[in-house]
Amino acid sequence: MTELRSDLAIIARNVRKGARVLDVGCGDGALMAALRDDNSADARGLEIDAANVSSAVARGLAVVQGDADSDLVDYPDNSFDYAILSQTLQTTHRPDKVLDHLLRIGERAFVSFPNFAYWRVRSSLLFGGRMPITPHLPLGWYETPNIHHVTIDDFRSFLKSRNVAIEGEWFLSGNKPRGGGLANFLAEHAVFLLKKG
Amino acid sequence: MSADAKNADDRFGLDKGVRLMGPVRLDSGAEFAPLDFAYETYGELNGDKSNAILICHALTMDQYVASPHPGTGKPGWWVNMVGPGKPVDTSRYCVICINVLGSCLGSSGPASIDPATAKQYGMDFPVITIADMVRAQAILLDHLGIETLAAVIGGSMGGMQALSWASLYPDRVASAVIIASTARHSAQNIAFHEVGRQAIMADANWQGGSYYGSDAAPDKGLAVARMAAHITYMSEGGLTEKFGRSLQGRSDGEKGTKSFGFEADFQVESYLRHQGISFVDRFDANSYLYITRAMDYFDLAEAHDGVLAKAFAGTKTRFCLISFDSDWLYPTMESRHVVRALNAAGASASFVELSSPSGHDAFLIDAPELNRIIDGFLRAGETV
Repeated sequence: MTELRSDLAIIARNVRKGARVLDVGCGDGALMAALRDDNSADARGLEIDAANVSSAVARGLAVVQGDADSDLVDYPDNSFDYAILSQTLQTTHRPDKVLDHLLRIGERAFVSFPNFAYWRVRSSLLFGGRMPITPHLPLGWYETPNIHHVTIDDFRSFLKSRNVAIEGEWFLSGNKPRGGGLANFLAEHAVFLLKKG
Repeated sequence: MSADAKNADDRFGLDKGVRLMGPVRLDSGAEFAPLDFAYETYGELNGDKSNAILICHALTMDQYVASPHPGTGKPGWWVNMVGPGKPVDTSRYCVICINVLGSCLGSSGPASIDPATAKQYGMDFPVITIADMVRAQAILLDHLGIETLAAVIGGSMGGMQALSWASLYPDRVASAVIIASTARHSAQNIAFHEVGRQAIMADANWQGGSYYGSDAAPDKGLAVARMAAHITYMSEGGLTEKFGRSLQGRSDGEKGTKSFGFEADFQVESYLRHQGISFVDRFDANSYLYITRAMDYFDLAEAHDGVLAKAFAGTKTRFCLISFDSDWLYPTMESRHVVRALNAAGASASFVELSSPSGHDAFLIDAPELNRIIDGFLRAGETV
């Protein structure tokens, strides 16, 4: 089995055993499979890309083809222990509404995203004058699915304004964990564990 | 039961038939008995009877899912899906396929002999629903000693039955696969069926349904019904690719030209006429009336205050739905409607829309992606 992407590994380590989990934007189900196999979780997924859904279902996962922007409304309140949104927030049309749904559907939510205030991103924009291309933002401006870039500080103030509690936070640069100091400058991406305030 | 005893069990095998006394209580309020069943089984039922899969067939299909049709000699209608080593693997599963109530391939239908009169039922056959078909199937499974199904699988009308199975008998269905189907017939679906029924009933040979003893059957009406329906099974793009505006070659080998008459000038006309004519050899016109009526009456939410999610409340069944992007008979929207209800009910659901040029009939066509999904979904069910 291939190793989990670093943000997914953090989430997998912090989901409690036997939990009910909804993975929104689950891709080919790598995290779901790990949660099922290692955490005995009851994992469900939502994924927009048909080929990814086919792969996930073919590996025995319960994944529905759909769109985080339009299809989360179908899930009842508090129907999962965790709702997970990994590297997907910045691709949604209305991240605010998606986050509201996550916290409505799940008792807790994991959200991971690339930090647009990472120093390499800043320097690319500041000195190069060009939209940044990094390992976590690999596509040019015209083809990137990332339409709502967000920084760690943006996200924190957004959570505060919505009275969402942060129960955990993890920061990564070059796929290695790092401390929270100057995270908005030094972290390439971030993982938050959230709970309704 | 020992393997020898199982082999000797003549309830299992190809081309089976049995009469059971039922009765089945119908949605119309009537009771119906006796019930004749024509069915086939493939593979062996295991010791704890946990490996049975029921395949539900579509409107004009039959129990010959993986063995040749005795009338036409053609291979089973889903040999790419059902067989040893296939996604529905008959070396792992005991697969059962039953001719639906109302049909004409051996199970009770309007062309069957009514024991009370010793004549064909004709229009005295009761109007039935999809749920009635499923209740009848449950009676046969009881007879076979099968309490729970590892899976119920069906495309088109077969998917309606699979949904009804999961809703009527949630404790008997571990997994359900619903392909190119819907939880309700739309106005457009009903409209197309009504064209077909009117074509049959407008045929003077229909004789109010009592044509069985006479020399003439409503073949022309049934053929037209089939032609209209067949269009709905294909996509516009598929028809264009296959036929375009191509003209039919003449029988003397000359290149086709417009006849300035009403022969089958266009290849698509000739194709449809052939579809209609060959259909009447293998299907009964009254069965076509009854089964299309059952499909039109189908609305799974109806018995649940119009709320589809209630049809699946508390279900433990795993669901897998598959739609096709070129299917305009039961478009993806209809599958999504079911998925939404399943999510609202907290059910374990998988759903994907596959891409195919083949329209509604895509579910019958061998496709690696479809096979991969069904294989993986069924295997995951074995470990639950």
